[in-house]
Parts: sequence; structure tokens; C-alpha cells
Amino acid sequence: MSTTSSTILEERQDQIHRTGEGAIDIACNRESLAGAVSQRACVFCGSRVVLYPIADALHLVHGPIGCAVYTWDIRGSLSSGPELHRLSFSTDLQETDVIFGGEKKLEAALDELIDRHSPKAAFVYSTCIVGLIGDDMEAVCRKMTEKKGIPVLPVMSEGFKGNKRAGYLAACKAMFRLIGQGDTSDVSPVSINIFGDFNLAGEIWIIREYFEKMGVQVVANVTGDGRVADIARCHGAALNLVQCSGATLDLAKMMEEEFGIPYKRVSYLGIEDMADSLYKVADFFKDKDPGIVERTQALVRDELNKLMPELARYRKDLEGKKVAMYVGGSFKAFSLVKAFRHLGMQVVMVGSQTGTKEDYAELAEITDPGTVIIDDANPLELSHFIKEKDVDVFVGGVKERPIAYKLGVGFCDHNHERKEALEGFAGMLNFAREIHASAMSPVWQFAPRRANRANLAKEARKEAANE
Amino acid sequence: MSKVKTARPNFVSTTNACKLCTPLGASLAFRGVEGAIPFLHGSQGCATYMRRYIISHFREPVDIASSALGEKNAIYGGGPNLKKGILNVMKKYEPKLIGVATTCLTETIGDDVPMYFHEFYKEFGDLDLPDLVRVSTPSYNGTHMDGWHGAVRSLVEQLCLEKAADDGRVNILPSLVSCEDVRHLRDICDHFGIKATILPDISESLDGPALEDYVKIPEGGTPISEIKTMSAAAGTIEFGRCLPPKTGGTSLEERFGVANHRIGLPMGLRESDRFFETLEAISGRPMPRRYELERGRLVDAYVDGHKYIFGKRAVVYGEEDLVVGLCAFLSEIGVDVVLAGTGARGKGLEEAIAKVTDGVARMAPEVREGVDFHDIAAEAGELAPDLLVGHSKGYRYAKAWNVPLVRVGFPIHDRFGGQRTLTLGYKGTQTLFDRVVNAVIEKKQADSPIGYGYI
Ligand code: SF4
Ligand code: SF4
Repeated sequence: MSTTSSTILEERQDQIHRTGEGAIDIACNRESLAGAVSQRACVFCGSRVVLYPIADALHLVHGPIGCAVYTWDIRGSLSSGPELHRLSFSTDLQETDVIFGGEKKLEAALDELIDRHSPKAAFVYSTCIVGLIGDDMEAVCRKMTEKKGIPVLPVMSEGFKGNKRAGYLAACKAMFRLIGQGDTSDVSPVSINIFGDFNLAGEIWIIREYFEKMGVQVVANVTGDGRVADIARCHGAALNLVQCSGATLDLAKMMEEEFGIPYKRVSYLGIEDMADSLYKVADFFKDKDPGIVERTQALVRDELNKLMPELARYRKDLEGKKVAMYVGGSFKAFSLVKAFRHLGMQVVMVGSQTGTKEDYAELAEITDPGTVIIDDANPLELSHFIKEKDVDVFVGGVKERPIAYKLGVGFCDHNHERKEALEGFAGMLNFAREIHASAMSPVWQFAPRRANRANLAKEARKEAANE
Repeated sequence: MSKVKTARPNFVSTTNACKLCTPLGASLAFRGVEGAIPFLHGSQGCATYMRRYIISHFREPVDIASSALGEKNAIYGGGPNLKKGILNVMKKYEPKLIGVATTCLTETIGDDVPMYFHEFYKEFGDLDLPDLVRVSTPSYNGTHMDGWHGAVRSLVEQLCLEKAADDGRVNILPSLVSCEDVRHLRDICDHFGIKATILPDISESLDGPALEDYVKIPEGGTPISEIKTMSAAAGTIEFGRCLPPKTGGTSLEERFGVANHRIGLPMGLRESDRFFETLEAISGRPMPRRYELERGRLVDAYVDGHKYIFGKRAVVYGEEDLVVGLCAFLSEIGVDVVLAGTGARGKGLEEAIAKVTDGVARMAPEVREGVDFHDIAAEAGELAPDLLVGHSKGYRYAKAWNVPLVRVGFPIHDRFGGQRTLTLGYKGTQTLFDRVVNAVIEKKQADSPIGYGYI
């Protein structure tokens, strides 16, 4: 790996692996390296991602202004009703608060905001500074819960206390306090909760429709298009479906332990994973509802009949193109690798901000030899591999976009901020369309990296002809 | 002059803030220095969030390093991580300058960055070190504009240490304006035949061309050698009527006797006149004819368009000095600014607006410092605006009130080309004027059952 040594810091060498080159033993879940320009955020970010889509709750960020401002309505999580989640509330701590403590201000802010918006619950996020000045958020929340008669829940998400994963856990702990309080008398025995989907661009509505067609009741969406009351009674469901790299896995585990509700990990991205997920659910309920398997098969068949001919059209253009991806959680990457196979594309690099050892081992299993697997990458590393692998399309989030574009490479936003529904069979078609638009646009021929290469090739041809 | 007065709401909580945090401003300013990389001394999240935020406006790679402090560092101090981080950035980015801004976290734990720098020089003095510049930027004590001005002042104070031989150049400290604005300023100076040092200069580093390769640090930015010799200038022009008492400009004046000309952002005819007059005064050269023509065309356009917009009511918000500039411009064209708001506090916004609108405005606007969008919205009914002028964050309100939003400032992340919005000088005023008039006409056209095809 001598060519990469200038790009990759020594301390990060063991966070990179190439499929097929020896046993995979990626170092992960480490703190980001100082000065490495990590693409990662913080604990608070993890909590905010998970809880943000609960649309009838108040989300108050306790801290100085930045943390709240930068998370103001950036995600594409849609709500079918209230939209309280799209506002950005902050205690905007000032110097005196930092010196004398922010509890009073927090209390007053909650008082004011709860009266103003009558939310069904309030989440209060702690940020770095709150962890330092030692505000007793737990006590303030308890007091306000009593005073206002709604659950006011502290989310212990001080940014510096780990990475995004720790934020997921903090969010799950906060939500778990809600669960078990609602009435479950009308919950069907054939029922599920959708965990870990954020309803980006309305994706949950696509997935819910599938389940409804199968005859499965969806009790709660946790957290996309989420409602406090649904979450409070979601312990009535028979099964939890956990999607994504485990943002809500902890919650599912807590519920299994406390309420004996089993969970299954699923993915709604790509064809196989979508179908598999539906079949898993059908299989789970087939004793209670014998017709469900057939209904599910019919549903999948119908959807595929619609989808496949259209996909074939895109595949014709995309066959053989190379793609790289850098995602938040690595679970999504599994589905994407498979989805790209359907488009005839070759995945040459997969990276994630917060993958686990097991995740990376599985990635090594399903990717082709030579594929680069990378944990907690940074712009220089990403651009290095995009060039080395001569990638045609890069999949990532907003921070990765300009890296791809500067290198004259197509880009598809597949992060929490996307505004295009990419889940389900309908989503797969959107996905194919977007990848197609990203790879096939004529603009790339003007981007210097490709333009220069095309010129070189032209000259070589000329020379060959002259000889 | 009548004044709309309403009881000022007094909210404890902030809803949809109209400001950004201090180190973000510093990071942006550092990005306008040649070969520089911004470095946030704090935990990882702040740097990542700011990068994301800045990218959505500029659509450029924005690498901001972080000392990525964890729990232990927060307790025992961030010195070791800061030093290690600087070394890592040196290894990977080979920067000419590292601009270190503190965050709320490191300010609160009381990290002594000057001391860490001192130790760093002692330990690694034998290496080929980049320039290190530091600025203290606690967010609980200011906004992104304080961070911006603080960074500019730090650059000047920590890099320009000696009196250089006079060379007649002009220093321009343009404040947070767009990349296109900076390009325009440079053109103006070129046409005047003035050698100018613009600090910072984000025109290329935050709006670069498509290139063959990913460059670690984009080209462009104020050359460090120029910053080091800003003391050679015949004068400094710094934009802003709400600046802190001590700035890069005052520092050069105090230490090296470089005359500091503090004028407002050149927006609108009169504030632009002041800018061109100042250039004339410093350079001793008359305004080039092309600007006389630009000015003439602007007045001509003012006349052509006045009827469409006279008496329209505008709400203006954003960075304090941008707001002042917008008020100067809007009052000139007969638009009544009914509310002028900024998220910052203690900036003397009211007096500054009174100055620039004197003699043209028909009314003094309600002026609000420390405002958020909830405050503004609370008065929307009474204010009955026809128009919003400010950054993207006002969009949801413009939509709710069914009035056009003319997007200026930072951030513009729900439209394309925010970094190319021109607002300065006669030309920028012209652009803005056309946009304002067209926004009003477009609304009228869209609301009309007939939709006249002529105006
Ligand atoms: S902690 Fe301070 S510096 Fe960091 S994002 Fe929040 S406000 Fe900005
Ligand atoms: S201050 Fe802490 S919580 Fe807020 S963005 Fe920075 S790292 Fe995250």
C-alpha cells in the first residue's frame, strides 16, 4: 500500500481493508483521530437523527446555539400530521448561564415552549457544554413532567462522550421511558412496529402500504412519522422490525427483555432485501394467519412485474460501471451492494462512519475481491480511493458530495438528508433512475479529469492511425 | 418619521435562530487565506456540523479539522489532542497556515491555546511549521460574525508584526460577503489601478473551478505574505457599521499608522458612493468611467422601477451589517423596512440603520437585536410585510405569509448559486434591485386572475 501512505495516516492503516487480501480485522468503534477531518459527527447527532422524526414531540436542544441551528430541518423526514419536529428549539446558552448553570433557563424555556405548542412529549438534548457545567437535566425534566403533565425526557447526548452510536443508545433510552404507557387493547395479534426508519421522503408510507396489503397491522413507526402515543403503546405489537445499522436496535433489545417481544433485522432497500423482509414477516405470522404467505408472494410478484422491465432499461446503460459508497451505518451498505448488482454495477469501495467488526466481516464476505472496506474515512482517503478505483458513481451524504463532484464523478445522496424515496420496490426504481441520471449525464465529459483522459485517448488513436 | 412600536416580546427560548455560532464564522474567514485550513479545538461534532452547513451553501469541499476531543480530554484538557491534531493536519494537508478556533467546550474547560502553541513550537520547532493563528470563539458570547471579525483581527495581529515599507496598496476587509462580491471588489480595484489586499478572500477557495484532481487545500485566498505586510498599505477599508471596537483595521492603524476607513457595506447608491469616494481618496485617482456608467444605469433603473415597489413593506434579517446595507438600499428605492432583525446582540444596529437611511427613509423600522424567527413571526400580522429579504432560513415564514423571499447572505441552501449572489457596489445594487422589483412583479402576476403579459 505504498502509494496510499501519503494519504492515509499511519494510525488509520488498520481501519482499511481490501476484500480478498487476508483475513479481515478492521479496527473500529474508535474515537476519531485528531486532525483527521473525520466525516463523523457526535453523540448528540446520533440522538437527534433517531428522535427528530417524532413529529408531535418538542425537541429542545439545551446548549449554545450552534448545535440546534445546524440540525434545523436538515432531514427529509416527513410527517402525515403535526410538524413540530421541523422547528429548531434551543436554550441558546449565554455566558452567564455557563457560569451560573443553565437549569433555570432550561426550565423557563420548557415552560414557555410546552405552553406554546402543547406537544405530546418533550425531548431535551444535552450538548457538550451541558455535560461540563453539570446541569441536572434529569431533575429539571422530572419537575417539568409533573408540572406540565406530559413526559419530559432527558436525552443524555453530550457530544464528546463518544460517537454517533452512543447517541443512538441515548435516544433509545429516552424513548424506552415512553413505552408501556399506552393502551394496547385494539392491537391485532398480527402486528408489528417499524423500527429504525425515518420516513425520508415518505418512505414509511410505501412500506406501510405493503404491510397493510399483507394484512399486518403497523402499531408504531419508530421514529419516522412518529407519534408519542403510538410509541407509548408499541409494546402491544407482536414483532419489531429493526432496519438500518441498529440505530434502534438497542430499543428492540430492551423491549425483548422487558416485554418479550422478538425482533428481526430487515432492510427495505433493494429488491432482495425488500422481498426478504416481507417474507420474514409473513413467515413469522403464518401460524396466526395462514393466508399471509400467499398474499405476500402475490404482492412481491406484482411489484416485481412492474419494476423489472423498467430496471432493465437502466441496466443497459449502467452495466459495468463502478460505484463507491460511504454511509453512516454499514447495514445499509449490504443492501446497496446487492441493489447495485441488479443494475449491473460493480461496487469497488464501501465505507461507513460507525460499522462494527461483524458488519465489516460481512461486507468482506459479500463484496468482490479487491473492494476497499474502510472505517471512519476522511475526504483525502475518499478522494484517493475514488481515483484509484476510477469510480463512476459515489453514494454518500452531503459532506461527500463535493468530493465526488470535484473529481468529476456522479453522486447519489443516500443519507438522512435525502429528499427522494429510495426504499421499497418503488424506491428501487427511483434509485435506479437517480443512479442513471448521476452516471449518464453529459456533464462529466467536461469535467477535467475525464475530459483530459478522453483527449489523451483521442491522441493515442490519432498516433496509432498515423503509424 | 413615524415609528412602528410594538411591545417587545420577551421569550426565554430560541426558536429557529437567526444566527450561527462563533467558530463557524472564524472557519469561513480562515478559508479565505492562502493554503490555510481551519481547525476547531473541540469535539468532533461541531466541526462536522459546520462543514455540512457550509457545504450546503458553497457546494465546495470544506475540510475543517478538529481536535476531536473525547470525554477524557474534556476533563484533563485538550492540549495533547490539539498538538497531535496539528501534526496530523500538517502531515496530510501540508497547509501554510492552520487557523485554530476554540469552541464552547474548550472555552468552558479553560484550555489555554496560546500556551499550547508555545509548547508546540518548543517541541516541534525543528520541523517546517506552518503559521499558526488562534482565535477565541465561545459561542455563548457572540455569533458567527464575531467569529469572523475575530479571526480577521487575529490574522492581522498574529501575522503582521512589523512595519513594512509603504507601497500604496489598499487593504480591504470585506466582512462576510459572497464569493462573487469579493471578485467584484477585486475587479474594481484592478480598474482603479489599485493594488489591494482583500482579507479574507474566499472568491476562489470557496468557489473554485472544476479541476483534474482533488486538491487538499483549494487555490486562492489572501496570500500570507500579503497579510504579513499589510502594514505597508496606504489605508484600510473595512466594511461594517456594527463592527466591534477592535478589528483588523484598528489594529493596523494603532500599531502601524495605517489609516482605517470604516464604512458600511457598499450596498445601495449612497453607501456605494462612499466606497468609491474612499477609493478615490486613498488612491488619488478618479473613479473609472465604467463605474460612472454603472452608477448612471443604476439611477436610471431606480427611476424605471420605482412605481412597482414604492411603499412596499419589507422585513429584513441576517448578519447585522448586511441588514444595515439592505436597509440603506431598500430605503433608497422607496421600500419601507418595517422590521430589521439580527440574531446578534449589542451591535448598535438601530443607530447604524438610522445613519444610512437618514434623509430617504419614510419611517424608521422596528429594529431588533437578539431576534429569532419566532419573534419576527409573532409580529407578522401587524407588520404585514410584502417582502422578505434575507437568507434561506426565512423561507418557511415567507411561505406561510405568501410573500416573496429575496435571498441574500448566508446561508442560501434552498436555492442554487448562493456563493455567486452579487450585492456590492453599483453593480451588486443593480442586481439586487432587479431581483426585488421582479419578485414584486412576479407575485402580482401570479396572484392576478388575468396574469398580464406586459408590465
Ligand atoms: S458547541 Fe458551540 S461551537 Fe460547537 S456547534 Fe455548539 S455552539 Fe457551535
Ligand atoms: S457541541 Fe457537542 S453536542 Fe454540540 S455539535 Fe459540538 S460535539 Fe455535538
